[in-house]
Amino acid sequence: MDLALSITDVQTVLDQVTDPEIPVITIRELGVLRAVKIEGDSVEVTITPTYSGCPAMDVMREDIEKVLRASGIEKVSVKQVLSPAWTTDWISESGRKKLLDYGIAPPPHTSDIRALKGGVPVTTCPQCGSTDTVLVSQFGSTACKALYKCNTCQEPFDLFKCL
Amino acid sequence: MTNQEALFRYVVRMGDNSLVMGHRLSEWCGHGPQLEEDIAQANIALDLIGQARNYLTYAGEIEGKGRSEDDLAYLRTDREYLNALITELPKGDYARTIARSFLFDAFHLPLQQALTKSTDERLKEIAEKAVKEVTYHLRHSSEWLVRFGDGTAKSHDLAQDAVDDLWRYTGELFIPDETEEMLAKSGVAPKLSDIKKEWDATIVRTLKEADLKRPTDGWMASGGKKGVHTEHLGPMLAEMQTLQRTFPGAEW
Repeated sequence: MDLALSITDVQTVLDQVTDPEIPVITIRELGVLRAVKIEGDSVEVTITPTYSGCPAMDVMREDIEKVLRASGIEKVSVKQVLSPAWTTDWISESGRKKLLDYGIAPPPHTSDIRALKGGVPVTTCPQCGSTDTVLVSQFGSTACKALYKCNTCQEPFDLFKCL
Repeated sequence: MTNQEALFRYVVRMGDNSLVMGHRLSEWCGHGPQLEEDIAQANIALDLIGQARNYLTYAGEIEGKGRSEDDLAYLRTDREYLNALITELPKGDYARTIARSFLFDAFHLPLQQALTKSTDERLKEIAEKAVKEVTYHLRHSSEWLVRFGDGTAKSHDLAQDAVDDLWRYTGELFIPDETEEMLAKSGVAPKLSDIKKEWDATIVRTLKEADLKRPTDGWMASGGKKGVHTEHLGPMLAEMQTLQRTFPGAEW
């Protein structure tokens, strides 16, 4: 029996799956969702980790299986690929906006070569918009974030690290 | 040694370096000298353990005997571990941890960069991911080494002592054995002499910036690559493996 759903339908269902540590952003906006394949009545979802040791991957995998089963798809497989390696450039524009609204400064683009080479690109405070900010630590609350402080509003904030 | 055996040994070695290094860094979790560093070391440990999972899963597939990443991590004895000795040494004080990370990261980064050109597709994929993470690791350890070396007289001396003491464990990183020579011929692994050149350049540049002296080369310890370890690995594994050894097959 063939599945009555199209790839777009499956993708829409998958939009219920968010990053467990940043629950406002979906795995599609994050660029973690790489492919959806429908064969007969089974669905294969391909995801890629943000970091090798990202503990959120197991949760995302379970969530994907859960939402697809809930929408009536019984045969679900989730495949993880490492290549091409995930980059913060894959975070969509809507994803970047959601990060900002959530209080996390979106990552600089990798084309801003200073970010990768160790220089300090301008980082804007997600709270007050000031660019007078200072790096506190390269490593923040999760592997994918760095910790910053705003000198204008004095608030600490996370920056999604350029990768 | 067949090509398959060589590849298995090499991939286990890569996994063990990341796993043992990651475990040692994880020992700072909850004990860091300041909150930011506590978090940083836990994050770096997580990266390394994630890399180890990729390598050990692959190693299990190469071997073809049905061993999983967990079997390889939790059910091998110290003599079956193939990590470099420098990764297993106790964490010591924070200057020593930073010095060890720096000496290792300066080797790990060019190695991962070279592996992104491996003729082995899987090693290439793992490296493409790891290289981004290790870039941050080296940046972190270099910055802290400079902070210690160029800091107070006390922090300078602690950093210099650590570098001097650890130096004897850097030699084996660059001495190829049969495994590495075989794999270098087929382009699976890089030539260690090429990695050494990049390591030397990073060491000279960073030590200079940190106002630290490069130790003179003397006797070098070795054995990690063939499973002959210091007295420190056994107790570390005993702690790391205790759950799986006590309750075989336990799951979260």
